[in-house]
Amino acid sequence: MKWVHNPVLLLLAAIGVTAASELAFLTHAPNRLVSGAGISLAEVLAGSPPALALLGLAGPALLVVAGIFLPLRQRTHAGVLVAATALLAGLVWLAASHAAGLGGNTGDTGDSGSIARTSFGGAFWVLAVVAWLAAGDAIGRLALAPGLRLLAGALVVAPVVACLAGGLLAPLSLLREYASRRDVFDAALVQHLQLVIASLLPSVLIGLPLGLAVARPGRWGKALRPWLFPVLNIIQTIPSIALFGLLMAPLAWLAVQAPLLGQWGIKGVGMAPAVIALTLYSLLPVVRSTAAGLGQVPQPVIDAARGMGLSGRQIFWQVELPLALPVFLSGLRVATVQLIGLAVVAALIGAGGFGAIMFQGLLGGALDLALLGTVPVVAMALAVDAVLKAATTSLAHAPPSARGQTQPPTTWTARQ
Amino acid sequence: MIELQQVSKRFSGLKVIDEVSLHIAQGEFTVILGSSGSGKSTLLKMMNRMVEHDSGRILFAGQEIRSFAPEDIRRRMGYAIQSVGLFPHWNVEKNIATVPRLLGWPKARIAARVDELMALLHLDPALYRSRFPHQLSGGQQQRVGVARALAANPEVLLMDEPFGALDPVTRAALQREMARIHTTLGKTIVLVTHDIDEALGLASRIVLIDQGRIVQHATPLHMLSAPASGVVRDFFGRSDTGLQLLGLRRVADHVRPVAPGTVVAGEPIRVTLNLREALSAFVLQRLDRLPVVNADGQRMGCIDLSDLLGPAEGVRPA
Repeated sequence: MKWVHNPVLLLLAAIGVTAASELAFLTHAPNRLVSGAGISLAEVLAGSPPALALLGLAGPALLVVAGIFLPLRQRTHAGVLVAATALLAGLVWLAASHAAGLGGNTGDTGDSGSIARTSFGGAFWVLAVVAWLAAGDAIGRLALAPGLRLLAGALVVAPVVACLAGGLLAPLSLLREYASRRDVFDAALVQHLQLVIASLLPSVLIGLPLGLAVARPGRWGKALRPWLFPVLNIIQTIPSIALFGLLMAPLAWLAVQAPLLGQWGIKGVGMAPAVIALTLYSLLPVVRSTAAGLGQVPQPVIDAARGMGLSGRQIFWQVELPLALPVFLSGLRVATVQLIGLAVVAALIGAGGFGAIMFQGLLGGALDLALLGTVPVVAMALAVDAVLKAATTSLAHAPPSARGQTQPPTTWTARQ
Repeated sequence: MIELQQVSKRFSGLKVIDEVSLHIAQGEFTVILGSSGSGKSTLLKMMNRMVEHDSGRILFAGQEIRSFAPEDIRRRMGYAIQSVGLFPHWNVEKNIATVPRLLGWPKARIAARVDELMALLHLDPALYRSRFPHQLSGGQQQRVGVARALAANPEVLLMDEPFGALDPVTRAALQREMARIHTTLGKTIVLVTHDIDEALGLASRIVLIDQGRIVQHATPLHMLSAPASGVVRDFFGRSDTGLQLLGLRRVADHVRPVAPGTVVAGEPIRVTLNLREALSAFVLQRLDRLPVVNADGQRMGCIDLSDLLGPAEGVRPA
């Protein structure tokens, strides 16, 4: 008789229980710069109304644990999904209500009240990630259509977003950092998106033709093939800080030589070197996935198309492009997610973005300020990843068994 | 329909097709037979300009094929290959409709044509129309491949080892389909294979090719009974030639009447069998006379073991 039906949930439950017993759920400090005293989950539960403790944490947690021992059916997965969603919402609610009780101020009016801070502790973060992964596991096992999958993922985070939007989390230190820096945060969001889009567009505009040229026979491909991927691979291995540094000197020189360029914003620090470096980084996934996407179109399919009288252009638009698109999109996903992360580092050369907030927090020893810069980056990366993944899978026409062929190469090493 | 005049082709200096002259008449089922590397596939691909010939002339419907645009000539010739090459992102209907759509047929005509072809290839349109290639078995995929090749009612059908990747049962079924399609539609078909039985069973004429040259171009019967050279004899395998000859003749041509009232003993054989299958029945039943029945099981007469030995009408061994 097999007792454990879902070993993934078992592992997650073990991690969750360990974290809940060993780590602090919240920390409370007299001000934002000193490290606070930990408050364990048991203390939080003891201090909360029993109904909240039961509905928000104990109930959903037990249901998720039950999922370990239940047969793997659609009903079980759906139940685990709902329970994990409730658990995630419950964790946030518990933390928020306890913080409200501790702080004695709402934070709505900025720092006018007490300067005492309540922050999420290790146990909260671990449990939140465990709940998120349990939900993700359940969504994966439900084998939903790409669109529904995306919707399910959105529903899991919906209660948390609602808490956030409803101001329930305002007493927490993270949100008080936000409240006092709302302008900076909004500017950082805009800058971060600018960085990502301004780098992604040129890398697609350059990378797509390069990938096309490499994938097809002909003069251009022949000229590019020997060195393009080695060069892109080498760029990829240069640490981002070093690449930013390398670009500073020539761009500064250029700005001095041609003042007009300087007026347009081309200078040694700021957006220009960041965008150039980020574009260079995302070239490899874009070029590689374009070439790989076209390369995995089966030769017999192209032969048959030719034999039936499709012209070269028709073969490209009607056969090669649609069959290469899923692989290209997954490369674009890798490039975008990579860009969102790398754009953080660009703050070091004055390009702004969430990195600026993060580094300010790190250098000032204000952990919650650092988190204010980090959490939106992670959220952005996860959202882009989920949306592009859904787009990719909805486009893939291969059977699940043959889907390995249309999956992108996970390591971006040169194949030629 | 298709005429090759002293056609040669080299691949990186190596002569693959060597001064081949060949006439393929309208309505004929021509099988190009040869071992691998003999150049048979290249010969086929030169006919629709998938491979361009170096020298000589290839005429299609009386005109040099280079006077046509490659796309135009390919749309006038159906094309089916061993690996089928169905478009994985299109369903069965769209795959079959490929060439009609290229030719700009109206939608209603395309839909009707797809139904007609699916019925011809024994694929239930209601069931398979909107399936994708990966949801079909290998045999069904090749049926769709043949339907796709026939879609725009091409003047010629070119097939490059179309059944090579199929299991024997499926292959035999599709070979029967091809024979039926050839008799019902009367299309000019050129099929490349290395399978001797496939060639003997389907061809109205066989072109045996070896090292880029045509060794013999003749009817199956003629090729077996009057091989042009030792190469031909070797290719067909000397010891089996007699059986292969029997395989070309049908029981129907040798039925003897039976006097009313007499009953011929033994398990009856069907009139649609060939003599090779009949011989098998004789050996199994250890009899020298067997009753013959028609497709409905009604007795038509009998056949003697000695009838199998008689020379085929009109052909004398050389």
